[in-house]
Amino acid sequence: MATDTYTEFVNSGLGRKITKSLGLPQPAKLRRYRPEAPLIEGPVVVVGASEVADNIAARLLTWDLDVRRHIGPKEKVAAVVAVFDTAATPADLSRNVLELGGMLKQLKPSGRVITVFRDPESTDDPTARAARKGAEGMTRSLAHEMRAGATANGIVLHEQLDATAPGVAGALRYLLSGRSAFVSGQFVSVNSVNGQLPHDWAAPLQDQVAVVTGAARGIGASIAKVLRRDGAQVILVDVPAAGEALAAAANEVEGTALQLDITRDDAAERILDHAQQHYGRLDIVVHNAGITRDKLLANMDAPRWDSVIAVNIESQLRMNRTLLGSELFSRVENGVGPRIVSLASTSGIAGNRGQTNYAASKSAVMGMVSAGSAQLEARHGTINAVAPGFIETEMTAKMPLGTREVARRLNSLSQGGLPVDVAETVAFLASPSAAGTSGLTLRVCGQNLVGA
Amino acid sequence: MADIRDAVIIGANRIPFARAHGAYAKASNQDMLTSTLNGLVARYGLQGAQLGAVAGGAVMKHSKNFNLVRESVLGTPIASNTPAYDVQMACATGMEAIGSLANKIKLGQIDSAIGGGVDSISDAPIVVTDALRGIIMEANRAKTTGQRLKALAKIRPGHLAPQAPGVNEPRTGLSMGEHMAITADQWGISREEQDELALASHKNLAKAYDDGFFDDLVTPFKGVDRDNNMRADSTMEKLGKLSPAFGKDLGDQATMTAANSTALTDGASAVLLGSEEWADERDLPKLANFIDYEEGAVDFVDGAEGLLMAPTYAAARMLKRNNLSFEDFEYFEIHEAFASTVLAQMKAWESAEFCREKLGLDKPLGTIDRSRLNVNGSSLAAGHPFAATGGRIVATLSKLLHGKPGKLGFISVCAAGGQGITAIIEGR
Repeated sequence: MATDTYTEFVNSGLGRKITKSLGLPQPAKLRRYRPEAPLIEGPVVVVGASEVADNIAARLLTWDLDVRRHIGPKEKVAAVVAVFDTAATPADLSRNVLELGGMLKQLKPSGRVITVFRDPESTDDPTARAARKGAEGMTRSLAHEMRAGATANGIVLHEQLDATAPGVAGALRYLLSGRSAFVSGQFVSVNSVNGQLPHDWAAPLQDQVAVVTGAARGIGASIAKVLRRDGAQVILVDVPAAGEALAAAANEVEGTALQLDITRDDAAERILDHAQQHYGRLDIVVHNAGITRDKLLANMDAPRWDSVIAVNIESQLRMNRTLLGSELFSRVENGVGPRIVSLASTSGIAGNRGQTNYAASKSAVMGMVSAGSAQLEARHGTINAVAPGFIETEMTAKMPLGTREVARRLNSLSQGGLPVDVAETVAFLASPSAAGTSGLTLRVCGQNLVGA
Repeated sequence: MADIRDAVIIGANRIPFARAHGAYAKASNQDMLTSTLNGLVARYGLQGAQLGAVAGGAVMKHSKNFNLVRESVLGTPIASNTPAYDVQMACATGMEAIGSLANKIKLGQIDSAIGGGVDSISDAPIVVTDALRGIIMEANRAKTTGQRLKALAKIRPGHLAPQAPGVNEPRTGLSMGEHMAITADQWGISREEQDELALASHKNLAKAYDDGFFDDLVTPFKGVDRDNNMRADSTMEKLGKLSPAFGKDLGDQATMTAANSTALTDGASAVLLGSEEWADERDLPKLANFIDYEEGAVDFVDGAEGLLMAPTYAAARMLKRNNLSFEDFEYFEIHEAFASTVLAQMKAWESAEFCREKLGLDKPLGTIDRSRLNVNGSSLAAGHPFAATGGRIVATLSKLLHGKPGKLGFISVCAAGGQGITAIIEGR
């Protein structure tokens, strides 16, 4: 993995002084999730007067947080949850926005702002949709203004949804925690009352069985580790040629290694057979395996184009068809069915020079996910995607120094993310508490300036 | 003591076999065996598991590796309270380890086990001469400095030459290839049939790889993901061009080349065994049962029998004990030490005279159907890291028989010292 020497430097005494006086970016050490650490330390202020705001405050209280509805001018603030669900017209945003703004200077490092508003798409009333889109735009801009590792994200509530829905609690917890360290300017939509909150928040995937493709190294190995930490049993899949690293990754998470080329016609059958044999169930599928074969389109050849499409999207479509047709991947437990999480990419959102094939495959993943939610809904399951931005991996470590340095600073947190940041978001979307969220592509990019 | 119960072959792992002094030149036996065990543990989720025993060995072994298997196990996530021990029976080491562990499971002494083996030609032990060793030991026993210096003063330059381990038979001074050349000549094995067998081995192994057969039997090591001795593009023409490597004193009659003899290779293998209950408790697959095995040995020193013909005798006893004949077997795995080894064994079993005179049978054991022989390749293509071959064969045969309950597989592995092992595996 690449070492971010600059961030280390900035976070030293002398480095801070020098870089500040030169007006250079100030990447902060991000607060990352540790199961044994408190969810968040310090007062959490709930702004807004509505039933949704009350329900959210009540939920936060059950987590033993220091919940406030107002706060003095001298006190530090850990997080602000600003609720806009009653905003009927853009003018209605003013009061809560200004109250939120008044607290920003009191926000602690790695603090959180979470806005909550109704889904703009679920109303046809121009005034109402304008108000909701306004809340969205404000959140996105605020994310750019956050400092010291703090983030701003939104929870988008479907029209009729009550804030007591498990999905709202799951999203709140994810956004407050260090799991979302590298997520900013993003929106978690909660569409249904589906979801099951864990008995133990430190083990939200207890008794679940997950398969992760491309798990030998990098982001895939990190996903396997986080799923295991969250209580799941993990099947790690990678191509036979990556078997040595795959075995090491599997042994680290006490999982099982399955050497398999996912472009094989019988890939899903082999996964199902393995899951059936070793665990007797399968709850979570993480389509992480992917390849890049970069070339300008003018120089593109068939092997490069076709292999990227075959591995990054066709394999997933084919596997999903078989998986969703199987008994094993249809189990509904506590109202929660199978969950699929796919890896997209910010390249698929913004496009990237030299990556027509890769961007096509990753956009395709997002298309599959948004259309697939209806299919999964029938099984009480979900399908979502995670789109990583610049992540410090073996792959990005090979970029030229200048390009890498620019790429990692081009986001609101002025640093690259870590594989674990992607993994935490995957684990969240795979958890029963996120079962109210489906069809979403969630970016883990530190609010990358590219393709906003 | 409990009733005899099934010894189930659950699964296996090996690293790809690599030609000596190549990809694994810097890997030790312990490195290779540890990696192989790690791959097996990962495949079957054995992290932290306490097993009944792990047994295996190496033919070429450093004296410092006196506890090779135990040390390897300690380098894996297998629970450290798992006993492990070394076994050695030349090229039949792996088979002996697996067979004896299966017996312990059958008797109820243990519920689970891993058997296998490893060998490195590239990391072979080099020792000092016996003369130098004698002087050093004498100096070690000395009580005074004077005595010590006196002993050490005996060292002469000639004592310092390092000695590589011998590959020749200690009692005849002949290499295994030269022994085999004699046997091949006696049985009239032609060059062409040897080359055909070698070609089939490469083609069969390559096809099995392409079909994904080895996806759950092999874990890559040091960047090698297939046996690198394998030549999928080999042809009879190419093989026909090679000059004889053994039996050159036979002149025009010499038939054994580098291609129809196994190459020196490095590698390791391991097979996971367990009782039915143990496999079920851990939700593990049950590929096949290890039914029986038989060791054999022949008097090769004075030339009464060929060095690598012991499995023919073992087979006869084993089949009789189990009341079976060759027609009862679905697949045959005959270790290709040399193509001529396989062909000579098969000719012997077809020979009424041999079966009557040597094996004491009233009729020949019969012909082995070539379409059932080494169907996914054998040692000529894969290579033969001596102690690792048994594990490779048991793994391949067990997977071939899986899903064919009751179907039988036959194994023959010859070994140095005029020994050998045969075994029976039953699909499930």
